[in-house]
Amino acid sequence: MKSNGKLKQRFTFSDLERVEQIFSQYPDKKSATLPLLHLAQSQEGYISNSVIETIADLVDCHSAVVMDCVSFYTMLYTKPQGRHIIQVCQTLSCSLNGADALVDHVTDKYEIKPGETMANDRFTLMKVECLGSCGTAPVVQINKEYHEGLSTQKFDKLLESFE
Amino acid sequence: MNTFKPVLTEYIDQQDCHTLPFYKSVGGYTALDKVLKMNPEDVTKEVKDSNLRGRGGAGFPTGVKWGFIPKDSDKPKYLINNADESEPGTFKDRLLMNKAPHQMLEGMVIAAYAIGCHTSFIYIRGEFYKEYKLLEKVVTEAYENNLLGDNILGSNYSLDVVIHRGAGAYICGEETGLIESLEGKRGWPRIKPPFPAIEGYLQSPTIVNNVETLSCLPHIVNRGAGWFKSIGPEKGPGPRLFCISGCVNNPGIFEEPMGVSLKDLIFDRAGGIPDGKQLKAVFPGGSSSAILTANEAIDVMMDFEELVEKKSMLGSAGVIVMDETVNMVQACLNIARFYAHESCGQCTPCREGTAWLVKMLTRLVNGGGKPNDIDMLFEITDNIGGLIDFSKGSFGKTICPFGEAVAWPVRSFVEKFKNEFMEYLTQEKVVA
Repeated sequence: MKSNGKLKQRFTFSDLERVEQIFSQYPDKKSATLPLLHLAQSQEGYISNSVIETIADLVDCHSAVVMDCVSFYTMLYTKPQGRHIIQVCQTLSCSLNGADALVDHVTDKYEIKPGETMANDRFTLMKVECLGSCGTAPVVQINKEYHEGLSTQKFDKLLESFE
Repeated sequence: MNTFKPVLTEYIDQQDCHTLPFYKSVGGYTALDKVLKMNPEDVTKEVKDSNLRGRGGAGFPTGVKWGFIPKDSDKPKYLINNADESEPGTFKDRLLMNKAPHQMLEGMVIAAYAIGCHTSFIYIRGEFYKEYKLLEKVVTEAYENNLLGDNILGSNYSLDVVIHRGAGAYICGEETGLIESLEGKRGWPRIKPPFPAIEGYLQSPTIVNNVETLSCLPHIVNRGAGWFKSIGPEKGPGPRLFCISGCVNNPGIFEEPMGVSLKDLIFDRAGGIPDGKQLKAVFPGGSSSAILTANEAIDVMMDFEELVEKKSMLGSAGVIVMDETVNMVQACLNIARFYAHESCGQCTPCREGTAWLVKMLTRLVNGGGKPNDIDMLFEITDNIGGLIDFSKGSFGKTICPFGEAVAWPVRSFVEKFKNEFMEYLTQEKVVA
């Protein structure tokens, strides 16, 4: 694998202690796949081919098996994302309580449609299915955190706080 | 029942209710102490006698499930706590994890002891990051206090608990999909039999129980199967967390006895419908249940048996309320889109059928519906979920119940609000 004429460096985990700990928790190696993918994504921001190869080696399987797994789960990204990922729940209870207006707000103000990232990488906008917080609809997840019972005004203010 | 006092959520308004000192101050882990002095078989018997039925959606009797674990197998046994809560309309497990995590953990140790398990997992949906971090602390605290690890509370019994995060897939709430996912694969449900109790995680006997189900266990042990059975209908008794969302003034989670009336839940607990609007339809048990019209909903008791009689189901007890202004075709499309997105893609009828439903409903909404679309919608749902015959349970076209979970609600929309679908057909052009 070449890039700019130099050999691209293979992905390595920075927190090897955590890798050890993950393996120690499971009776077999392959069960560590998802936790390792989460760990790699928190380090790199997304799952590159290099990450897949490293994990395949660690869990002792073909990289196609890891890739198969990566392709299945919506929380694993195969491309770099914006600095902040906005996930607006669009399933029924949120939809009945104004989720569409939240999506439109981001689209109008920041000029990105669902699935897109701003040119300056500030936000990535996604429409997602049920986040499991229907009682406080509409709900938006920004990065790892839930923000519940949002009005457009509250949402607007909240977004301003993310640089 | 006016005399009902919440069991699982009794203390959730108290400060520090999630901490070990608080939980111990209200009798936490006394049930575990009691259980560790009992025979595992007697624990299973007590749970069987209580008629506790799974709170995740399927409603299978918990004690009976445990009883399927082979006695003579020398393979390790596994317990998995299903915390992959993702059924639209359902948000109770997240509350239990945030407010009463030790209650759930005590339930896990009790269940693990009963089935002879020494390694147990909490499979928590990936989006619940805050809850994951909290559970990490809770589990560490339990190890430090000899409630997990070697020789729990001075007994001969040892148990490890591992927290495993999902990564965004509704189907991993289905128990065999969950097991595949835990094994580091895509969450494709397995063909049953063999059931997980015989061959589950790593081909070993495995029990998968829901967060709320496990949270009931300390109370059953402390107060007895008879007490539990005395709450609500005998065939499916106990306290239940009802989640109410959608068009209501006061959405939230309300703990009530099984068999509470749906009318009371909507108009009393959840404060009725905003702006004096009329009730139109309700999902009684998550988005996988067939919807009930206002007339059907108004005198329904929220009990496993009664909702089956009404050709719907109690499921996860996630109640989604729709008022008179809700467009049923749009609502149906919203639900169909959810299932099309979440279909795991393993079985053709479901993978293709859910996508067709979305295409057809989108076309209909955009004014391009064709005269035989209504019949076609029925045909597709029948092809995904099997001919809808509630008396026979109507299973069979797909490996897991996802097929029924999309067919039932979509079909119920078209059947019960056919006029609204027809209106789209007769209009020349409808603006999306």
